Amino acid sequence: MATMLRMPEVAASATSATLLAWNKQVGEAVAVGDVLAEIESEKAVVEYPAEAAGTIGQLLLAAGQEAEVGTPIAVLLAPGETTADAAALLATLEADAPATATGSGVEPGPAPVPALESVSTQLAGAPEPAKRVLASPLARRLARERGIDLADLRGSGPHGRIVKRDLEAARPLSAASVATAPSGESAFREIPHSGMRRTIARRLSESKASIPHFYLSADCRVERLLALREEFNANRPRRVSINDFIVRAVALALHEVPEANVAWTDTAMRQFAQADIAVAVATDDGLITPIVRGAEGKSVSQISAEIAGLAERARAGKLQPGEYRGGSFSVSNLGMYGVDEFTAIVNPPQAAILAVGAVRQQPVVENGAPACGSILRCTLSVDHRAIDGALAARWLAAFRKAVEAPFALLV
Amino acid sequence: MDSRKDDFDVIVVGGGPGGYVAAIRAAQLGMRTALVEKDRLGGVCLNWGCIPTKALLRSADVLRLVRGAATFGVDAQVLQVDVAAMVARSRAVAERLNAGVAGLLKKNGIHVLSGHARLAGGGELRIEQPGGASRGVRAKHIILATGARPREVVALPPDGQTVWTYRDALLPPQLPASMIVVGGGAIGIEFASFYRAVGVEVTVVEMADRILPVEDAEVSGHVAVSLGKEGIAIHAGAAVTSASRRDGRWHVILEGNGNHEVQAEVVLVAAGIVGNVEDLGLEHTAVKVERAHIVTGAHAETAEPGVYAIGDVAGPPWLAHKASHEGVLCVEHIAGIAAHPLNPLRVPACTYSHPQVASVGLTEEKARAAGHRVRVGKFPFAANGKAIAMGATVGFTKVVFDETSGELLGAHMVGDDVAEMIQGFVIAQTLESTETELMATIFPHPTMSESMHEAVLDAWGRVLHL
Repeated sequence: MATMLRMPEVAASATSATLLAWNKQVGEAVAVGDVLAEIESEKAVVEYPAEAAGTIGQLLLAAGQEAEVGTPIAVLLAPGETTADAAALLATLEADAPATATGSGVEPGPAPVPALESVSTQLAGAPEPAKRVLASPLARRLARERGIDLADLRGSGPHGRIVKRDLEAARPLSAASVATAPSGESAFREIPHSGMRRTIARRLSESKASIPHFYLSADCRVERLLALREEFNANRPRRVSINDFIVRAVALALHEVPEANVAWTDTAMRQFAQADIAVAVATDDGLITPIVRGAEGKSVSQISAEIAGLAERARAGKLQPGEYRGGSFSVSNLGMYGVDEFTAIVNPPQAAILAVGAVRQQPVVENGAPACGSILRCTLSVDHRAIDGALAARWLAAFRKAVEAPFALLV
Repeated sequence: MDSRKDDFDVIVVGGGPGGYVAAIRAAQLGMRTALVEKDRLGGVCLNWGCIPTKALLRSADVLRLVRGAATFGVDAQVLQVDVAAMVARSRAVAERLNAGVAGLLKKNGIHVLSGHARLAGGGELRIEQPGGASRGVRAKHIILATGARPREVVALPPDGQTVWTYRDALLPPQLPASMIVVGGGAIGIEFASFYRAVGVEVTVVEMADRILPVEDAEVSGHVAVSLGKEGIAIHAGAAVTSASRRDGRWHVILEGNGNHEVQAEVVLVAAGIVGNVEDLGLEHTAVKVERAHIVTGAHAETAEPGVYAIGDVAGPPWLAHKASHEGVLCVEHIAGIAAHPLNPLRVPACTYSHPQVASVGLTEEKARAAGHRVRVGKFPFAANGKAIAMGATVGFTKVVFDETSGELLGAHMVGDDVAEMIQGFVIAQTLESTETELMATIFPHPTMSESMHEAVLDAWGRVLHL
């Protein structure tokens, strides 16, 4: 029997996702595991594999469009079935009870929800059921190119069909070109937001607005860590970085102070059993934090190799949701850019993030005499709901101890 | 005076393809409508343009076919080329359609007023009737559809004897042995094609650097070569500087590409047209005229409230179907129906020479100049099965797409009956198809229209039969 394929939940908290491209077209045969489509979730591009074999009967969501999780996006036909079977399946969908609003441009329309729920949402003044967006093929193509949501437009064509001129009214120029500024203003470019950009904006705004942050800084002496790293890297094809050691030190500190390995939830404090450390990676599209799981049980070289692989996939936009979802603690290192110190914003639902600066040479007093020291300044940002000052200080001390007595990091 | 009788919702001045279509649409929408015509219903199009020239060119086609009949295994001989009979047929065709327009107007309850209308200001028109009597009428909305007339070439004022306009060329007083056609646009090329087919020695003079200068350069080039093979001499990039008549011939001096002289018994002037803006009483209104055309807005409105202008008098492209379309959109706008401004890139144009030319939208050159990253596809009729079977292998179909959006920016066709095919592309443009829909469209086999499909496929590197 024909199967309805729906928008998968590609990220834990995501309610919608954007279908970037179909890898299979109508009429194409599909084997289990074949990649059907590429879907852009909050943080990455995810491949959507087929769970059953068959033939694509119909595509219901155009590439470039966003839809709510659970929205029908395609019909998969079993062997021997025809488009009539797809039509029959779609008919049952349309005959279903009133539905909640779905994302833009969903054809042929509403996703079914249980009748009871729909009644209550309608009473609550929920949005109208999503309507099929009438748009010319050219308008659809242009909207996709320019990052315009067709659902935002009013069509001026026959029966409200959105045509090219409606897009021109919506946004005079394509995203990549220089927009004409109103007189008195300088010229500017408008670059449409990617899903990732929107997610960063939303999550960090929420974090800064709702999490009571406080900050603790510590100078760590890293002469021994630097020497150890030199020795460690000698004659190894793959060199480990200071950051790899720091991730390891963070994991050990979390292991030593498990009360700090927590997350605030409204109902309870969630204490994690292992140190899942998110490492901030800068990509062309923005920041993403893939996770080294169970880092307390991994060696520095394992951590190093894992971070390298994650970073590479992150930059290629190929991270799987499981690789960046969750985590108990983040590390953000801007030392390689020459930043001495900075403070980071807590990455929810985590409760703490460590901002790591550059190693710098500076005078220190050793045994009452001036000396030259190698100093790494680290700043811990903490969710005060989950971690108090004394606890944070205890954790930071444990971290500093691990960094300053680095042989422990290797055992 | 019965005031109701002289009060209208809409009065259209001019009964050409713009005017009479506007009047029919207005009547359909329930407006009390009148149409003023000083000459013949149907305008130039029907009486002196589109239709009678097609009748003549059909005669040329038949002649060409019979002459080449042996190719098709038919032994036939042309005993006589009776141009007078061709002209008589052409007039009969125009006559029949003229009566048809009168019938359509009557059927729609449109008041046809004969005479010359002049705006008197404030929604009033004075109509000077054929007998000399004058009559005043009023309308809430006045649509000027007075058309255009040939642009004169200073050195060659038309006299109807040896310096012709299109009108003389449709009713030739005698068949000349030789003819100079001044102007290599659609009208000039059509007459050149006809007169060459019936045996006249034809020379075409065009000021631009090529004939059919608004067409795609490849199309122009192809037509020039074909006309050259028929024995038509073409002087492009040449302007007429002076002309004199000696020994029963015109000696026309051309400048550009080096000065030289061309000679012929008769000169046909087809060097563009100018709007009929004179003697309309525009001085009683705020209507603005620039370069011999009435200045109009997106819905054919002029600077004078309640006065509109459509068709040739409102500017290029000077095409009957453009006038009709403007007539409809103007009337719908008056009626409060959302009407969209004419998109000049979706107005097809056809030249009924041999070979025919049909096009819509941007040429490749203009598309590139407009900053498009283009994809161009081309398919020759010589590779089309139906064309080979028909013995119609001259020409090609060319398409120009915007690479990123897949928009069909332009389509350019040259070959037999291409004027009947171009609307496939025009519909695609109107529906805003991209290359995807055009490639997914099934074209019947065997037809010459398959070249349209193949040209689209070619633009995207998927041509099948090349």
